[in-house]
Amino acid sequence: MKNKISSSVSRIDTPEKTGGKASYIADIKLEGMLHAKTLRSERARARIKAINCPNLPEGYFIIDRQDIPGKNSVKMLIDDQPFFADGIVNYIGEPILLAVGPEKETVNWIIENTEVEYEDILPIFSVDEAKDPAKPPIFQKNNIFAEYEIRKGNPEKAFEGSHRVFEKEYRTGYQEHIYLEPQGVIGTYDDGRVTVYGSMQCPYYVKTALIHGLGWNEDMIRVVQTTTGGAFGGKEDYPSIIAGHAVFAALKTNRPVRLVFDRAEDIQSTTKRHPSIIKIKTALDSKGTIIGMNVDITLDGGAYCGLSPVVLQRAMFVSTGAYNIPNVLVRGKVLATNNVPSGAFRGFGAPQAIFAIEMHLNSLAENLKMDPLDLKKKYLLKKGDPTVTGGKLREDVKMPRMISLLEDISGYRKKKASFHKKNARDLRGIGISLFLHGCAFTGSGERDKIKAKVKLRKEDDGKVSILVSNVDMGQGPQTTLRKIVSKILGIPFSQVLYDNPDTDRVPDSGPTVASRTVMIVGYLLSRAAEKLKTEGKTEVTEEYIQPPYIEWDQENFIGDAYPVYSWGANAVEVSIDPDTYEIKVESVWGVYDVGTPIDEQIVYGQIEGGISQGLGYATIEVMESREGGLMQRSMTDYIIASSVDFPGAEKRLIENYYDYGPFGAKCAGELPFVGVAPALAAAVQNAIGVPIEKLPVTPEYLLEAAEGGN
Amino acid sequence: MEINFILNGKGVKVKTHPLRRLLDVLREDFDLSGVKEGCGEGECGACAVLVDGELALSCITPVGSVEGTSVVTIEGYRETAKYRALEEAFSATGAVQCGFCTPGFIIAAESLLSKTPRPTPNEIREAISGNLCRCTGYSGIVEGIKRASERGEGLW
Repeated sequence: MKNKISSSVSRIDTPEKTGGKASYIADIKLEGMLHAKTLRSERARARIKAINCPNLPEGYFIIDRQDIPGKNSVKMLIDDQPFFADGIVNYIGEPILLAVGPEKETVNWIIENTEVEYEDILPIFSVDEAKDPAKPPIFQKNNIFAEYEIRKGNPEKAFEGSHRVFEKEYRTGYQEHIYLEPQGVIGTYDDGRVTVYGSMQCPYYVKTALIHGLGWNEDMIRVVQTTTGGAFGGKEDYPSIIAGHAVFAALKTNRPVRLVFDRAEDIQSTTKRHPSIIKIKTALDSKGTIIGMNVDITLDGGAYCGLSPVVLQRAMFVSTGAYNIPNVLVRGKVLATNNVPSGAFRGFGAPQAIFAIEMHLNSLAENLKMDPLDLKKKYLLKKGDPTVTGGKLREDVKMPRMISLLEDISGYRKKKASFHKKNARDLRGIGISLFLHGCAFTGSGERDKIKAKVKLRKEDDGKVSILVSNVDMGQGPQTTLRKIVSKILGIPFSQVLYDNPDTDRVPDSGPTVASRTVMIVGYLLSRAAEKLKTEGKTEVTEEYIQPPYIEWDQENFIGDAYPVYSWGANAVEVSIDPDTYEIKVESVWGVYDVGTPIDEQIVYGQIEGGISQGLGYATIEVMESREGGLMQRSMTDYIIASSVDFPGAEKRLIENYYDYGPFGAKCAGELPFVGVAPALAAAVQNAIGVPIEKLPVTPEYLLEAAEGGN
Repeated sequence: MEINFILNGKGVKVKTHPLRRLLDVLREDFDLSGVKEGCGEGECGACAVLVDGELALSCITPVGSVEGTSVVTIEGYRETAKYRALEEAFSATGAVQCGFCTPGFIIAAESLLSKTPRPTPNEIREAISGNLCRCTGYSGIVEGIKRASERGEGLW
């Protein structure tokens, strides 16, 4: 039965956004505000010998590393990235200094007329070169930002005893976020305090970075999120860098400073989805049963570490996909190169890993003369099974029901059989992917690292304020979190207030990442609302308590890698032009288990958007780095889907109540992206009959693969 | 140079370089911040306005070229009954997520509906293909325009 809360309501933010009244960062004007522009490295790797700025007109300033009161490093996992280049540049686009002043044109003139003298250092452009001892390392002694291993069972013994080994290698490329609103911040300095306004996912990440960059007490720093025009992970860590820039400039000039990127600058200098190389070896017994698997993952982290180690962890924790594979060894590393830093992007390492395992099993099935779906169903994880990290699946896995529903609505079996008999001029294919997504932070990360805290407050007029640091960047918490609270309190939706987070007002409920907002923060709010209702208080603070069942060893990656999983199955049907190898997506289907949807329409919106981004990732979104420089520098070169590129999707939700989510909700934001590319690639593989081992699947790649296959 | 045009129904004059982008003139000189800059090169449609009723991308329109025309931005359009029909429809179909592209889509929808009051889904997809959205996958927007066209009886 459908949970009552799932019925859709009108999103609260629709009227002001639709009418152009919402204030995004570029829409905010402050008295006396100055404009800033960044001077960026034109070299992939070099020592800066000298910087020659033109004579500055009155009222114009240069802000560089000497204007940083605290540490010239951006606080993240490893603090290796400077706010401004510290004598050395490590990627094309790395910030060196800012020009600041009242007129944009003059600021741009200063940047254009500043000359940097470089002395090149032997660059590293690929993960292969990163392993070359002849090149001086970028990071520590070996260029390895992170390297991990996880084991399940006894993989060595399985391989020794195997009848044969099936081995393949998969590669995936960059993906650029193209949130429609480019990055931007405004920094101000008043009465000894700094304030940053900006387009961001994580106000407290920004605040922490400013504490370090300024060397100030946290009381003197305030961060306010402005209505955010899309993010998808791209505004997780990056805003910390530019928040520092704007604040350092505000301090020096004593004026508000605005730093808003144009599209070319945004594409050139912000993070991308990690390119990957994933090798999978499967050990089979004489009957063709899988008895072991080795997965080897290499990610290109770019010039600085950023969030790469955690991205790698997520890739590894789902590297055997939705399957219970016995005897597994997973090795992963993320390497430093002189490319633009890679970072968070919807799915966070999982899309690369799921692509690899899905395509591997598709090819293995063909090799075993089975339908891929039949092979996959044989190994599907079910309740009580061990995950790749040896955690125990405690939830009901509804995948068998979801798969049969997907087979029904897509007509998979019938189509597969008929496409098989087609002629060479009629290239049609259908493919399926099965996948899961770990909800929220890894293992005990919510308890040990994030320590989320939420607050509900009854205002004098009887309204109730939600005080959390999580942001609405389009994914809908302005509506879903209000729904959760109003439903429990039994008050109208309009009586719940939830302003854009301001660190002076809200506790740290953690970053808006990892599909955690509804499941983790929403659950804390639901508990706070219960207390507000029953205990008659005017203010309730609720802190995260880890569900008692979670067991996790962060040192050795053993146990429950995630509190719970959401699940999905996609089917994609394509036709391919036999002459140009252009792919036309004919239909897309998806069936998902996200627990209880808090608002069906919002979840469907995540699904449709995730599918569109996933199909783009799989086909038209080509981004390449040559000698450290991105070949695609604008939205003319880097193509995202328009309304005519892909059809809408047919989608279904299967309810599956989760005890530690609000009203039973799990995660929904990233999941719909994760399985799209492998379903598309499987359809293409079905259509042209050669294995697809690379993303994006471009006509050029297909031509090569098809002719190689002939 | 002085440029005279009608902006959201009122005659305006602006003294500026004729090659300045209409987008900048609207946002900076007239504070019309509902006109968004997403790409600055005519690819995304977030800066869409109507010039004499035709869809125009203000980021690639020099202000000199609107001399003597009537320019309508979202700020002017939102005062109309047609806008209210579109807003109601966009709300009902979940057409809006981050919202940065939305004013541009509303303008593109008006441009379509003023010529084709009862478009098919394919005609809608064609008509909005110059506007990019990264959040919704377009289905909600297509349905929203369809709903407005059906419910906005007599408006278009």
